[in-house]
Amino acid sequence: MDYTVIIGLEVHVQLQTRTKLFCGCSTRFNPDHPNTQTCPVCLGLPGALPVLNREAFHLGMKTGLAINCEIPSFTKWDRKQYYYPDLPKAYQISQYDLPMSQNGWLEIEIDPETRETKKVGIIRAHLEEDAGKNSHDESGRGHDSKVDLNRCGTPLVEIVSEPDLRSAQEARKYLEELKLLLTYIDVSDCNMQEGSLRCDANVNLHIHQENGETIPTPIVEIKNLNSFRGVEQAIEFEVKRQWEAWQETKLSLHDVPKETRGWDADRGITLEQRGKEEAADYRYFPDPDLAPVTVTDAEREKVSSELCERPALRRNRLESEYELSAYDAAVIIDQGLAFADYFEQVAKGCQNGKQAANWVTQDVLRELKEKGLEISSFTIKPEILAALLEKVERSEITTKSARTVFQELINSEESELNAASVQSIIEDKGLAMVSDTGALEAAVQAVVAKNEKAVADFQSGKQAAVGALIGQVMREVKGADPKVVRELLIEKMS
Amino acid sequence: MSNTSATASELLAKMNSGEVSSEEITAACLEEIARRDNSINAFLSLQAETALETAREVDRKRKAGEPLGKLAGIPVALKDNICAKGATTTCASKMLEAFTPPYDAHIVEQLRAADAVLIGKTNLDEFAMGSSTENSAFKTTANPWNTKCAAGGSSGGSAAAVAAGFAPLSLGSDTGGSIRQPASFCGVVGLKPTYGRVSRYGLVAFASSLDQIGPFARDVTDAALLLETIAGKDQRDTTSLDADVPSYTKNLEQPLENLKVGYIEHLHAEGLHEDVKAATQQALEVYKSLGAELIPVELPHAKYCVATYYIIAPSEASSNLARYDGVHYGYRAKQFDNMIDMYAASRGEAFGDEVKRRIMLGTYALSSGYYDAYYLKALKVRRLIRNDFEQAFQKVDIIASPVTPTPAFEIGELVDDPLAMYLADIFTTSANLSGIPGVSVPAGMSQNKLPIGLQLLAPPLEEERLLRAARMFERETDWHRQRPE
Ligand SMILES: [Zn+2]
Repeated sequence: MDYTVIIGLEVHVQLQTRTKLFCGCSTRFNPDHPNTQTCPVCLGLPGALPVLNREAFHLGMKTGLAINCEIPSFTKWDRKQYYYPDLPKAYQISQYDLPMSQNGWLEIEIDPETRETKKVGIIRAHLEEDAGKNSHDESGRGHDSKVDLNRCGTPLVEIVSEPDLRSAQEARKYLEELKLLLTYIDVSDCNMQEGSLRCDANVNLHIHQENGETIPTPIVEIKNLNSFRGVEQAIEFEVKRQWEAWQETKLSLHDVPKETRGWDADRGITLEQRGKEEAADYRYFPDPDLAPVTVTDAEREKVSSELCERPALRRNRLESEYELSAYDAAVIIDQGLAFADYFEQVAKGCQNGKQAANWVTQDVLRELKEKGLEISSFTIKPEILAALLEKVERSEITTKSARTVFQELINSEESELNAASVQSIIEDKGLAMVSDTGALEAAVQAVVAKNEKAVADFQSGKQAAVGALIGQVMREVKGADPKVVRELLIEKMS
Repeated sequence: MSNTSATASELLAKMNSGEVSSEEITAACLEEIARRDNSINAFLSLQAETALETAREVDRKRKAGEPLGKLAGIPVALKDNICAKGATTTCASKMLEAFTPPYDAHIVEQLRAADAVLIGKTNLDEFAMGSSTENSAFKTTANPWNTKCAAGGSSGGSAAAVAAGFAPLSLGSDTGGSIRQPASFCGVVGLKPTYGRVSRYGLVAFASSLDQIGPFARDVTDAALLLETIAGKDQRDTTSLDADVPSYTKNLEQPLENLKVGYIEHLHAEGLHEDVKAATQQALEVYKSLGAELIPVELPHAKYCVATYYIIAPSEASSNLARYDGVHYGYRAKQFDNMIDMYAASRGEAFGDEVKRRIMLGTYALSSGYYDAYYLKALKVRRLIRNDFEQAFQKVDIIASPVTPTPAFEIGELVDDPLAMYLADIFTTSANLSGIPGVSVPAGMSQNKLPIGLQLLAPPLEEERLLRAARMFERETDWHRQRPE
């Protein structure tokens, strides 16, 4: 007897609008100054009315189109009603039966070895307003709980996947790919620490009986997943727990209502939450304060045309266009849109994709990590790096010299850097590859004459002896091509 | 006419000629309130000091020849469900007894810009739910014509204030007749505009798809003047209509040519009071004498109006009033065990019976399993009612009918019979359900010396037609000049 894991994810993504979904308040993350980014509308004061933020709708459409959804020509707003202190109107403006986008998919790679991919279905993606944040007294002294409504009314898009995911790793992969996509199309920063990407997972097992029957176990919704690792660990835990529960109780999905459990990251377990789900009747109804939204073909096309190349396609293109390994292409894409742009500018400028990939994934990336920088604030602009690599490509300097130049560039003031910087550093340091064979041959001659023992060693078969001599020649003639030096030395000694 | 019984237009003329100042008018209104509001109970709060300050400032501007707004120096009363900075907005509920909004409603901004003098906040049925102000948590407004009788509701305080000489103009809100019915009971003009004609921003919501703010006045001209001051698109209310606001006063005196007046032959004929029936009949005769054509119209779904209304309005109310939970503002119970208990105790203690009744009706109608049978069906019937009017207005320009089946009833007479109270909304709810404008104009007196109103309805955004038709009638009659003793 075995089982299949069935997972569907509900992801809430905060859209990066300047203002909230239905009022003009700032959406800035500002937990240190609670309730300063509020107004009568998002405070839910009597008599205040919501007004749709068109930019949020626009970003919602972009999101929907990027995950291959249909954007219906008519969509409306509904009130989801429940009582909670972080929800001042006692209803959340959301979308119920006519979401703004539906029936899409997102492709993920499920096996890095075979490069096998899978299309994960997306049921819907709709817009809604976020709630505020409660903070409770944890001292146990029974002080009042507090509510911060700065976040209240921030635009969210909720993306609901089909239960197409079959393992915790697939779930993580889906989330990672989704995050990458949404940051590429610039709709969200997807910052999980600040809560701009939050995930709930619906998990159950399909138990395969020996008689060929399949029995679904009760569905559990895991809440409070705020890291990729958390999603993976929580699902793994839940799969194990459900398998054990099944063996013990034999309860199926039809015997028990959907259960909500919270992920306790510190203890690494899921815990039962109060059975809110079974009692909840949100009494959805169309919000009479907001007119439905209509979307024309022209608007859909306009938003579609604004979408950049999606990361999955770009990853494939980098592999074929620049002959990169799958690994390098993935590393570059995973760093985000600006980094991928940087790479392509360098690659185009120096005419060697592989070389550009080596440099940006190693030297540039190391530098960024050490200094905690984003590529956008990296002082060596792509045209400068391209100019440097072009010198290597044209054998005007050695790779080793290029690293020296690179260090020089990093140590320079950004304002001093320009296209000519590379050349002037090469000249200052005398790193230009020496093509004057006369000077080189003279140096080789001198070194061979000075090192009788090494020559004898070489002649008796010790190839390693050449190495020491190469160094000596290079010291004499800066910028000499070590390959050429080696050839000349061997010629002379043989 | 004295300063407390004159119309706003008359007072504006007197102020412009220097005969009287705004300060004098405002003071006269405040004196009248001090003298008689203890028996009428029209006001929940007065802003006497700021009113006099504003009046003096307007007087100064007028003297200095500075530009003045349309209502410069005219005292205006506001129903206490309209937010105005610095004044409590209680909705006549214990729940909001101490609530002072930090912002002005759109129409309050308009009134301030028009240099009106905001004099006080008037009584209403709690959260505008009722037809008599008996559901106010604080007081019951008496009818200035007979203090044993109800002023009507829910905007009873605003209607009574204008009738009693406390303010020449006031504002109310109309969700199912809450302006037209008290106007009829108190013998003043009351107009419910087209849904969306006036911004709802700052009107505490009862039923969002039905609520409209509208004017009370002593004659049609004043109603036109006040409407043109407050009407128009407001970016903060997406349901407000983006249509030009004509000057309603400009062509008011021009009678409508070839006017076709529709009337309803077979509606609620049994329950209709003889005096109301007679007044309506006489009003139709007046139109006939002015050369109008009287044409019977069919509104086949009108009989479902009250039922439809009492599903849609409570459903929306149950949602709109959910925010009063004792967490962020408003009343909070002193004793509770936990959060859920705090919600229940706060709401249980601070809401009155009628509000609770409607919250329960609405919560039920929106519950899963009942939504389709009640709310969704009501929305469908609403569409049919709207279609009825569209069809009727193909044939006629306006529709005339009674406002209420009876003149003002006695205070206490219907409190134990909510259903009878609901059924009296038979003539008024259709205008809210179909979004069309309607007006009540004084059109008679019952044998017991109580005013009777005539309701006129027009197609959406045809307020100009509605007011001109009302003015045609008013010119031929004397009812609007009568004042209670
Ligand atoms: Zn706000």
